[in-house]
Amino acid sequence: MGRYLLRRLAHAGLVLVGVSAVVFGLLQLSGDPAALLLPPDVAADELLRFRRALGFDDPLPVRFGRFLRGAVVGDFGQSLRHGEPAMGLVLERMPATAALALAAMALALGAAVPLGVAAAVRRGSWFDRAAMGAALVGQSMPVFWVGIMLILLFAVWWRWLPAFGTGTPAHLVLPAVTLAGFLVARIARVTRAGMVEALGDDYVRTARAKGLTEAAVVWKHALKNAALPLVTIIGLDLGSLLGGAVITETLFAWPGVGRLAVQAIANRDFPVVQAAVFAFGTIFVAVNLLVDLCYVVLDPRVRAA
Amino acid sequence: MGRADGWIWLGAALVLAGVVAAAAPRALAPFDPVAQETAQRLRPPLWRDAAGRLRVLGTDHLGRDILSRVVHGARVSLVIALVAVAIAGTLGMAFGLGAGYFRGWVDDVVMRAADVLLALPFILLAIALVAVLGPSVGTIIGVLGVTGWVATARVVRAQTLSLRARDFVAAARGMGAGHGRILFRHLLPNTLGPATVIAALEVGRMILLESALSFLSLGAPPPTPTWGGMLADGRVYLSGAWWLATFPGLAILLTVLGVNLVADRLRERLDPKLAL
Repeated sequence: MGRYLLRRLAHAGLVLVGVSAVVFGLLQLSGDPAALLLPPDVAADELLRFRRALGFDDPLPVRFGRFLRGAVVGDFGQSLRHGEPAMGLVLERMPATAALALAAMALALGAAVPLGVAAAVRRGSWFDRAAMGAALVGQSMPVFWVGIMLILLFAVWWRWLPAFGTGTPAHLVLPAVTLAGFLVARIARVTRAGMVEALGDDYVRTARAKGLTEAAVVWKHALKNAALPLVTIIGLDLGSLLGGAVITETLFAWPGVGRLAVQAIANRDFPVVQAAVFAFGTIFVAVNLLVDLCYVVLDPRVRAA
Repeated sequence: MGRADGWIWLGAALVLAGVVAAAAPRALAPFDPVAQETAQRLRPPLWRDAAGRLRVLGTDHLGRDILSRVVHGARVSLVIALVAVAIAGTLGMAFGLGAGYFRGWVDDVVMRAADVLLALPFILLAIALVAVLGPSVGTIIGVLGVTGWVATARVVRAQTLSLRARDFVAAARGMGAGHGRILFRHLLPNTLGPATVIAALEVGRMILLESALSFLSLGAPPPTPTWGGMLADGRVYLSGAWWLATFPGLAILLTVLGVNLVADRLRERLDPKLAL
């Protein structure tokens, strides 16, 4: 158990070093990272001074070492546009992104789990076919188009909800539904697959044989076991959820990290881009570490392995 | 899914329509996709102008025919998606085979790199890369191809791990086959099935990613018509002209749906156990 924990922690640390390498490499790809960090109309001698002062003339490994030391304490330098620490700007926007992601996840689970369970129970029926067909259509839709169509219907035509911005809980509805739509299809399919497998297991037959109601068999015994792979998938899909949040936030002018990152990319404000990508990577690694630890607690078989 | 055979035909028909539009857009499109007619701006669908020409899906804010632009938009989307999947699939096959066969440090390096790519929101990474390198069709293909190999590599690696322990591999080795022969003659053909399924699913994902990039104006530069770019234009005129944003989105949806229907069926045929 202790060794497993250590190994997982070391693995998470290694992945974060890799994430830092990608974030660092992003600027190197352009040829001259120093030029990217200054306004485009900067004078040549000023660029030279800047390069020397910030050590851009040092060898690559030295610069990466320095970057890593900064990353550990969340120091990605100052935003070129706002003149504030880049990571501070990212953290400022994090609650908005968290609210959007959690609302979307709650909506998606609330819709997709019952759908997947019902489809699995009535496997092969018209309901199953219709639900899984709808899930396939859902997986084929571009997030931003769903968002635009929702704006068209609910904000432009019927005027029920605000199209963008923040302020009231109503502002959260359209972005959250858009982002949830992106998750529902996948969660429903995974739930169904897990339930189909669980319902075929021996303990389900035992549960039925000892006279439990069908509802108890399905919702307590089978779903509990189908939930484990679901948790893993949700953890692994966090990357695409945050990616979807980037687009959703941009579309709805939701003041989160994703929109900040897209604006920073448009403004060529690269310290903020680096901080945002690093923050998303760290959240992904931390959540998946947590998922693995939950597994250890929930499933004794993992502990033995 | 897919027990009803009709779905595979729907999927095949949608894919075929996309391929025909991409291959010969001029044969299908009634108008020049970049010709601007200021007298015919923002006409609704099924509009017939004074000269008797029918605008089936209406015109956009510059008086360009939307149907023609949707048809021409298929080319950029499909070319980028197919070439990117070819690159990503080849890389994934190579990495997966190498990792599963040689194990050891090769395996470690490949799987850790996969973990790193998985930890980064793909779209954000793609946006940042395209922004640094400058948006062009070549850049987008490169970025999607070089970063999109993870799914293929994982599946091929798992398949290779189970194959290398099988008797026929031991037999080949016993008869003196080297690494190269075992990898290419014995292991590679047996991983093609699952790799094909993944590739098919990835085509749909790449079309969605490409359209997201062009929606954020990081796609093929104008005046090339792209579905994502048309959507971005349409969003501005949403309150007055719903058709600008609706039809390019439908084109993306139908194309990706067709690809996914075919991929779903492929999975059932080639590898029913393969996880989503």
